[in-house]
Amino acid sequence: MTRVLPVLTVLAAIVVVWYLAAVGLNMNWARQQLERDGVTATMPALIGNTMAQERPVLPAPHQVAAGLWEGIAGQKITSKRSLVWHAWVTLSATLAGFAIGTLAGGLLAVGIVHNRAMDQSVMPWAVASQTVPILAIAPMVIVVLASAGVTGLLPKAIISAWLSFFPVLVGMVKGLRSPDAMQLDQMRSWNASAAQVFWRLRLPSAMPYLFASLKVAIAASLVGTIVGELPAGATAGLGARLLSGSYYGQTVQIWSALFTAAALAALLVLIVGWIERITLRRMGLDR
Amino acid sequence: MSAALPILAVWLGAWGLNAWLARFDTRLTRILVALIFGATVLILWEMITRIYNVPPVILPPPSQIARAFTDNLPLLWGDFVQTILKGALSGWVMGAVAAIGTAIAIDRSPFLQRGLLPVGNFVAALPIIGIAPILVMWFGFDWQSKAAVVVVMVFFPILVNTMAGLAATDPLQRDLIAGWNAGYWQALWKLRLPAALPFIFNGLKIATTLALIGAIVAEFFGSPTRGMGFRISTAVGQLNLALVWAEILVAALAGTAFYGLVALVERRLTFWHPSQRKQS
Repeated sequence: MTRVLPVLTVLAAIVVVWYLAAVGLNMNWARQQLERDGVTATMPALIGNTMAQERPVLPAPHQVAAGLWEGIAGQKITSKRSLVWHAWVTLSATLAGFAIGTLAGGLLAVGIVHNRAMDQSVMPWAVASQTVPILAIAPMVIVVLASAGVTGLLPKAIISAWLSFFPVLVGMVKGLRSPDAMQLDQMRSWNASAAQVFWRLRLPSAMPYLFASLKVAIAASLVGTIVGELPAGATAGLGARLLSGSYYGQTVQIWSALFTAAALAALLVLIVGWIERITLRRMGLDR
Repeated sequence: MSAALPILAVWLGAWGLNAWLARFDTRLTRILVALIFGATVLILWEMITRIYNVPPVILPPPSQIARAFTDNLPLLWGDFVQTILKGALSGWVMGAVAAIGTAIAIDRSPFLQRGLLPVGNFVAALPIIGIAPILVMWFGFDWQSKAAVVVVMVFFPILVNTMAGLAATDPLQRDLIAGWNAGYWQALWKLRLPAALPFIFNGLKIATTLALIGAIVAEFFGSPTRGMGFRISTAVGQLNLALVWAEILVAALAGTAFYGLVALVERRLTFWHPSQRKQS
């Protein structure tokens, strides 16, 4: 209870502030609309109007909730208006990209740990690349791949792979190096081969690091996919929903897509955390 | 197959040189190895695009990108000022001040901290960039909306890190400073804020990249006719890929310089921290 109560208080405060902001921001339009209708602008009528506009500056929380409900439960899942369908488009590209990125990052980390030349060549550039706003290239990658004849899920997956690649690489290198000299000496005195050291010592001790970076990586790959859906031409996915919402001023649509994306991110991080707990417990690394 | 031979030769030659250099493992060879690797990638890129006649609308060779960069310097500088200085930097400063201020403001209330920390951690993992279209709608197309996106993006990582930093002193240190009869503000200024600096800088460094991403991506949702995001999306439309890559080069340089600057200030301010001490 001591943990839940503060969080609930903060969330409640956010909702209250949101309602106040909605009233404040939508007031202008509400006043104009009531004037046009020839209704005397009483305060309750004004506030009622700010809560129920078609295209509010800031939709009230219950409007977003209604938009979400309509998008998730009110449509057939295969319909193009269904948020479930758009979320699935985004999710499939995210998972594909995440798988590619994790695999590539893991393999490169193994190479870096075992080969000194590779370590000194690749690692400084990998670290430097962290400071580069890679997401800015996303639309270009999409357009270039489209002109090369690659469309659909793959271009988005490449961007999300690119974003999830570096957290995994850095985390795995750190993790594979985490066994200390004593443990490595112990393996040597058991006459272990390099492969045995890898499978029995390095890989298990890298697991906590791997999962910590996987949580960062899956959130990053979702962001990558959503941005990858922004360039013109994309009609499916949460990013495309955001863009079309912003073109047509459909704020409720933007907010619903935003909340769907947030829920998706939370869900993905939770799933990775769940797998982490099970794996670490079975390996006896549970803390 | 014969066309691939020089490419393979360059690759193997550079790799052999690096493998040989890497055995020395001194400061100089480490830098050399990294530089040779970078140069090799550039040379291979140039060779591949030339030998296989890769159309420049798919992948322009580095030499063409360099020419686009030098030819369009005034244009690129205008975009840099619009996006990086006006959008990203001002947003980053405002977001950082707001986040550190909030962390100090709620420092005295454990109740608020317990509530805000999970929420902050949660929000920091969300695709906040999605808020960009909304803020562009509210604040207009110019740099103000970009700065607003950046403020929202950098706020939570810095907030969470500052809160962790303010909790980083141990009871012994706090008892000592209480024993010197220091008040709350004195303890904060002389003990807890300095102790929190490594954490704060960690948040600030994460935020530098986020700030650039926020400012550039927000321009995809609407911008005046300048700015890096605007230039990238229009140049892609005109298939002028060399210019796009030149913008990416600017973004990379700006990002690295921004990060390096923050890291430099960190080194000056937190020289006492173990991670900053010279390795013997």
